[in-house]
Amino acid sequence: MIRLERLHLISRPDKLKPLRRFVRELAKKQSCSDESQECLVMAINEACMNVMQHAYDDERDKEIIIEFWIDKEELLIKIYDFADTVDIALIKSRDLEDVKPGGLGVHIINQVMDSVNYKHIPGEQGNVLEMRKNLNSSDACDISEQYTK
Amino acid sequence: MKYPVVQHLSNSVISLSGEIDLNESPNVRKQILGQLQNGSSLLIDLSAVEYIDSSGVASLVEGLQTARSKKLDFALVGVSDSAMQVLQLSRLDTVFTIYESLAGIE
Repeated sequence: MIRLERLHLISRPDKLKPLRRFVRELAKKQSCSDESQECLVMAINEACMNVMQHAYDDERDKEIIIEFWIDKEELLIKIYDFADTVDIALIKSRDLEDVKPGGLGVHIINQVMDSVNYKHIPGEQGNVLEMRKNLNSSDACDISEQYTK
Repeated sequence: MKYPVVQHLSNSVISLSGEIDLNESPNVRKQILGQLQNGSSLLIDLSAVEYIDSSGVASLVEGLQTARSKKLDFALVGVSDSAMQVLQLSRLDTVFTIYESLAGIE
């Protein structure tokens, strides 16, 4: 597995747009399918947004580190925050039948990525989200399939 | 950013554009709720939206709920492919009334 990039992000909402641009460019360089590219953009945006809003409670000067790793045709994304460790059992998608604003980020991440794992940073304060995505998925965001999951 | 508002029949139409993310969604929410405070039914034109995340979708859901509480209509128009994908992933595409264009609204 090769590390492609390590990105330091400040926990400010105005940093999300340049982040999405960066992810699109990186995915293009790796010859990622258009479908996988948009899934990556969506998942990384939602994950960083969750860190800003929930882990850092909207504090604007905290650090987020994003690592991009590649192994053959699979991209591994690691997103580190240095907030208090969270109870991983509490990170889950909510009931979508209950229509209300918010709480959709975890659901979207789970739908568009191939695998999603939350961990604590060993020996340090903080959390890491590891997400994997095949670079060449052609039906990566096939909505009809999502309804059956 | 101040989004343009026009009248269509008895509805106000807000035309959103660009990327509606955590940085922009508070502004979108404010403009949607502001229009509903005026007492007019609301159409949200999403045809020029290039990207919308779950915070932007949350602003739309809050608009829908506020409209319902005031017995006003609230619908989406010309939903771009990108926005539709997020609505479908969130299973909200069947919750909102969605029109292809303003021409289809009576």
